[in-house]
Amino acid sequence: MKTLAELEAIRKRTFDEIGMRAHTDYTRVVVGMATCGIAAGAREVMNAFVSEIQKRDIADVNVSATGCVGVCRLEPIVDVIDKDGKKVTYVHMTPEKVAKVVLEHLANGKICLEYTLQEEE
Amino acid sequence: MQLFRSHVLVCGGTNCTFANSEKIIAAFDKNLVENKLENEVKIVQTGCFGLCEEGPIIVIYPEGTMYFKVDVKDVQEIVQEHLLKGRLVSRLLQQSSEAVEGEYAIEKSSFFKKQMRVALRNCGVINPELIDEYIAFDGYKALGKALTEMKPMEIIKTIKDSGLRGRGGGGFPTGTKWEFAAKQDNEQKYICCNADEGDPGAFMDRSVLEGDPHSVIEAMAIAGYAIGANYGFIYVRAEYPIAVKRLQIAIDQAKAYGLLGDNILDTGFKFDLEIRLGAGAFVCGEETALMTSIEGKRGEPRVRPPFPAVKGLWQKPTILNNVETLANIPVIMLKGSEWFASMGTEKSKGTKVFAVGGKINNTGLIEIPMGTTLREVIYDIGGGIPDGKKFKAAQTGGPSGGCIPASHIDTPIDYESLIELGAMMGSGGLIVMDEDTCMVDIAKFFLEFTVDESCGKCNPCRLGTRRMMEMLDKITKGKGVMSDLDELENLAKDIKASSLCALGQTAPNPILSTLRYFRDEYEAHIRDHKCPAGSCKALLAYEVIEEKCVSCGLCAKNCPVNAITGSKKEKIPFVIDQDICIKCNVCFEKCPAEAIKK
Amino acid sequence: MNRNASGCMKKDGKDHLVEEIIARHKNSNGALIPVLHEVQDLYGYLPAEAQAKVAKEMNVPISEVFGVISFYSHFALKPKGKFKISICMGTACYVKGAGPILDKLKENLAIGIGETTADGQFTLEECRCLGACGLAPVLTVNGKVYGRLTKDDVTGIIDDCKRDEEEIVQ
Repeated sequence: MKTLAELEAIRKRTFDEIGMRAHTDYTRVVVGMATCGIAAGAREVMNAFVSEIQKRDIADVNVSATGCVGVCRLEPIVDVIDKDGKKVTYVHMTPEKVAKVVLEHLANGKICLEYTLQEEE
Repeated sequence: MQLFRSHVLVCGGTNCTFANSEKIIAAFDKNLVENKLENEVKIVQTGCFGLCEEGPIIVIYPEGTMYFKVDVKDVQEIVQEHLLKGRLVSRLLQQSSEAVEGEYAIEKSSFFKKQMRVALRNCGVINPELIDEYIAFDGYKALGKALTEMKPMEIIKTIKDSGLRGRGGGGFPTGTKWEFAAKQDNEQKYICCNADEGDPGAFMDRSVLEGDPHSVIEAMAIAGYAIGANYGFIYVRAEYPIAVKRLQIAIDQAKAYGLLGDNILDTGFKFDLEIRLGAGAFVCGEETALMTSIEGKRGEPRVRPPFPAVKGLWQKPTILNNVETLANIPVIMLKGSEWFASMGTEKSKGTKVFAVGGKINNTGLIEIPMGTTLREVIYDIGGGIPDGKKFKAAQTGGPSGGCIPASHIDTPIDYESLIELGAMMGSGGLIVMDEDTCMVDIAKFFLEFTVDESCGKCNPCRLGTRRMMEMLDKITKGKGVMSDLDELENLAKDIKASSLCALGQTAPNPILSTLRYFRDEYEAHIRDHKCPAGSCKALLAYEVIEEKCVSCGLCAKNCPVNAITGSKKEKIPFVIDQDICIKCNVCFEKCPAEAIKK
Repeated sequence: MNRNASGCMKKDGKDHLVEEIIARHKNSNGALIPVLHEVQDLYGYLPAEAQAKVAKEMNVPISEVFGVISFYSHFALKPKGKFKISICMGTACYVKGAGPILDKLKENLAIGIGETTADGQFTLEECRCLGACGLAPVLTVNGKVYGRLTKDDVTGIIDDCKRDEEEIVQ
């Protein structure tokens, strides 16, 4: 027999799994997953996002894929779009960089400037 | 716990299952493994999204992208393009002219914009076969609240204050019904759920049972606690195998979690329930007949009073609520009566689910706040009438209801306004008819249904409905006389007044309502021997319009009985021999020049 | 015994299965209908001997058992054809042209509603709304669904069945 506390635990755990279907406002992590992105390692980057977010139990973040944005040389490219629609683009991402972005940007709201697109001289 | 980046929800409602959704799921499983995505993407079979016309439907989260009429062979492309590369498969998006660039998310489509999902809140969102997913969206929280924080009378007060009325058709206030039963001093009481959804063209309750069975179970337990009952029956049509299966799974899971059984949530409250299958008798949707049927007898209605709340199943106080009514209960318990009462009109609170069908573009299931107009339902949500035809009438309430003609299309839909128009809310079937639908024929169609389903216990219904049908049959064959109309009307009023149960009392409604709004059509059948809609076969005479005829000969070639003669070469005009013609309509369909009239 | 059930009186060794069904429902109130559902699943219909067995084991008059069976359209007194064609006569299907499809079926099979062809192959039935209004008009053959039909599809559906039958024979 379940108690109310156990029900609440099931609720929280399952909601973390399926809450993405609830249409609330989310911060979105969008990974470029066209052929060029995948060739450059976008799949690994995307999976790293999913597992890091899960590891740190960060709520309200969705990870999704998008097509080619046309700057193949910068792949893997990741956009982080916050709830207000403000977008930060990270380029040349790797699973190692992902860990830092998740910790600093998603968990603490601090943009990792060093991974963003730097204007070329 | 495994977190997936993407969820693919595949509709497992009856419409989509019939249209192959199970094979689509299998194809996804295979394609995900082939692309090594099985640990990133989760496939979920869920309940009805409501857009049955466009099924099978899948929705991909987190984006909320909705794909329509998906075929097994489309799955590979969806996996490769959408799931792997994040590109939309645009040919499977809604082909609506209103679709705004970039707005493909499910809740932004015009079909969903004016809807408000309360009873259907979990349909198309959760996997109905997993109790944990129901719990994730606050499932069984209302039961916990009821058992630990509230007294039975407080629950009844909440339901009364919310203004919730029975969604099965009658519209009796649910809280008041519960109060009657609660006041009975009896050790044994019962809760019954009416899932014997019999109106042709109505499938609201089935969709709730298929998409969110736990909401009904939770509500029945709450009702049990409120009135002091510890046992319940869910009476479901045997024709709903998917619903029955999911309901049984849900009951088993609830028992395993101790949410049904002895000492629920450690509060000492005991409640259990079982499913009883109907056996194909429409009258069993009537409350006393339903109870007689659960007792294992011929499902004939009983005289009321005593009402079931006093003497119901096995002469014990019994509450019977419809599926949709029950599905509203847990939300009202959590969000409060004021929240619920804030939706709808003065006397009709909350929302209502309708199964919209017939001559309409978006056949499907919708939930709208009470007070929404018929125009909004048909044109904004339903996408209008196909082939640019004209809206003629909407039929609500099935064989017990009536028609709302085009002249009343701006009436806000609630219990009172529909009764005023001579229709009724009914359980929620809403059939749209266009200019090609003959109203006399529709009245006859419903009468044939009630004649078939009359249980035979009382005379007015058994004999009266048959007499009415015979008169209608006469009229549709062009053999009626004008006095038939008055006789029909008088007979209808007598049957209404003297039948034992709601089946007989409401059976004349389709006639009374069509006579009220479309008397001219009846008169045309009788006086002119013409069916204005061109639907009553006996009154049709197919003719070739000579000026329009291009002498192509297609009609003669396709006529199955060689009733058409003529020749292009020899310049003999084409004519139809009325004695041979069997009125099969083939010539009308094949003519490229619209030169055949009927 | 009722006339309708004649011709199916042969012994068939399913008696003990009927007993089992009844035993399982022994402690439940109003069990007659659930029992009849399961017995019909066993035989495909409700033969007279099974009705008698149910009456005896459950200790109810056989008249009452027959009364219940004849009341509900789901219960059948006669065996059905190999292919059971049920056409939905719900309002949505009717408005969208189920009538002409039914006429075509009657014509092709040369039987009426509720009848079975002489060779025992096809039974034609009307059924109440299947709730598949999105696919209207709809018919099912042994549960398999054919939707969005026109009357021109009828011949093809019947041919499908005949072909299935030949494959089984071969």
